[in-house]
Amino acid sequence: MSTMAPDLQPVTKPAASKPKPTDRLLMQIIGYVALTLLAVFCLFPFILVLSSSLTDESKIIEDGFQLIPTSFSLEAYGILFKYPQEMLKAYGVTISVTLLGTLFGLFLTSMTAYVLARKDFKWRSHFSFFFFFTTLFSGGLVPWYLLIVNYLDLKDTLLVLILPMLMNVFYIIVMKSFMSSIPEAIIESAKIDGAGDFQIYLQFVIPLSKPALATIGLFIALGYWNDWYNALLFISNSDLMPLQYYLYRLLGNMDGMRKAMMAAGAVVSSDIPTESLKMAMTIVATGPIMIAYPFIQRYFVQGLTIGAVKG
Amino acid sequence: MKRSGFWNDVKKYKVLLLMLTPAVLFFLLFAYVPMAGIVLAFKQYNYTGGVFGSPWNGLDNFRFFFDSGDAWRVTRNTALYNIAFIVVNNAVQIFAAILLFEVAGKWFRKITQTVMFLPYFISWVVVGAIAYNLFNYDYGTINVLLNAIGLESIDIYNTAAYWPVILVIVSAWKTLGYGTIMYLAAITSIDTEMYEAAEIDGANVFQRIRKITIPNLYPTLIILVLLAIGNIFRGDFGMFYNLVGNNGLLFSSTDVIDTFVFRMLTTSNEIGMSAAAGFYQSILGFATIMLANYAVRKYDKDRALF
Repeated sequence: MSTMAPDLQPVTKPAASKPKPTDRLLMQIIGYVALTLLAVFCLFPFILVLSSSLTDESKIIEDGFQLIPTSFSLEAYGILFKYPQEMLKAYGVTISVTLLGTLFGLFLTSMTAYVLARKDFKWRSHFSFFFFFTTLFSGGLVPWYLLIVNYLDLKDTLLVLILPMLMNVFYIIVMKSFMSSIPEAIIESAKIDGAGDFQIYLQFVIPLSKPALATIGLFIALGYWNDWYNALLFISNSDLMPLQYYLYRLLGNMDGMRKAMMAAGAVVSSDIPTESLKMAMTIVATGPIMIAYPFIQRYFVQGLTIGAVKG
Repeated sequence: MKRSGFWNDVKKYKVLLLMLTPAVLFFLLFAYVPMAGIVLAFKQYNYTGGVFGSPWNGLDNFRFFFDSGDAWRVTRNTALYNIAFIVVNNAVQIFAAILLFEVAGKWFRKITQTVMFLPYFISWVVVGAIAYNLFNYDYGTINVLLNAIGLESIDIYNTAAYWPVILVIVSAWKTLGYGTIMYLAAITSIDTEMYEAAEIDGANVFQRIRKITIPNLYPTLIILVLLAIGNIFRGDFGMFYNLVGNNGLLFSSTDVIDTFVFRMLTTSNEIGMSAAAGFYQSILGFATIMLANYAVRKYDKDRALF
């Protein structure tokens, strides 16, 4: 909050009645109560899932999913970590896809944004329109799907999990508007010193764009980490299933899960705690996000706040 | 004498153009080339013919799409849900943002904001698992609670009527933190002198909010609403697909254009109709975005998309 300069002008109008402190108190009460309710509303589903994952399967069958485990049991996690091959494979896929996708995506996005931000580039508005138009109109799902499956032959490849999501016009725009705020003088003086366009990008613009790179990078990474749609459409090879898609399959198809586990080791079908296992896998699939969240959320807040102010 | 011809410019901007090439290729390939595939909406697709060899069938796919009642159902659902989302989500977010601004405790503010932002970070698959945890007929927490107070279990996954409410609540839950942060940013940029002046004039907290805070949020709100209206025919596939899945019983109230197109393509193998519905959505979307942008431009030229 800005500190106000002392009000030097005498108040000449008749003294209005001072706002009673009770309205402030009421505001605080409403604020604390409502915000607490909203926070609980946002948080309790997670607690529910966590608790269900830690509840003994027989208790779930009997009493259903409860907020607090009536009978504590690590059995579901035990099974997950006893036969972790599938889960680890999924983690591996997601981590590689996220790393590669974020790296290349960030590089390409920032490079494109740089060119579009260069005010001396004659055709920048033409190219901007070229990119921007894709957000207004599209050919729809079918042509895109057929292109990837029939013509590019990308089905069941790691590339198909990375490539279609690599560039996003919105991120280009955000980064471009950030780069536009870099003082023209810096680029000018670099050009006078004889630096090439790409050199300017690498040596000057990138270092100065660290906040935007961090924010957009995290948005891209989050998108990759949570992606299941591309796998849903294009992946049937169980070695290439990313984490969220693996979870999706498990949730909808416990039989498949059972078979995989029985194939991995002698496990009697009736021993598998299906309900708590679903919840345990959910926690495992979203665990890293939850752990990283407190540290990375401020970058998102930062990005959103700047974006909101800039309109 | 022409000093700078087109090719001179190309030479001059050689490096910049090179730097643009990956992005240009990317969007050419994944955005513009598929636009040619729109012809599929007017063809009877078969695998041997492919996109360009399959025979034309005029407007048959569209006729099928509209005559079956599907077109009306999915369009209505998509638009109504988006309207509900716009209204409810923005209302809740503005409410939360104002409270966050007014509430005194710094740690309380930080913690509640952090918690409210959390749902934004999880995938819709995880949300689907949460929904299962809550709505399942046999084990779901909602039925557990209902039974505990003596009421009978409700079959949520088999009753279409519950879902409009459910989906609106879920959407509000998922987007709460994100939107609140944006509105909070807008509120904090309001000049505090206005508040202090109002206080001197005798306004209480609620009047301040009504007369200063909210009117200052109108610009942000109007832009967001108009842009959302531009997208009124686009449904969030992730949300609908993970919560509803392939549960046909719920389609009357939950099927949106995106889930319909997906299902026609992957399950029903109705390539033609899927393409027709997709094209229909693209055209509608384009029209509404143009209209919405026109409206935004009339209101505040700087805020328009283009």
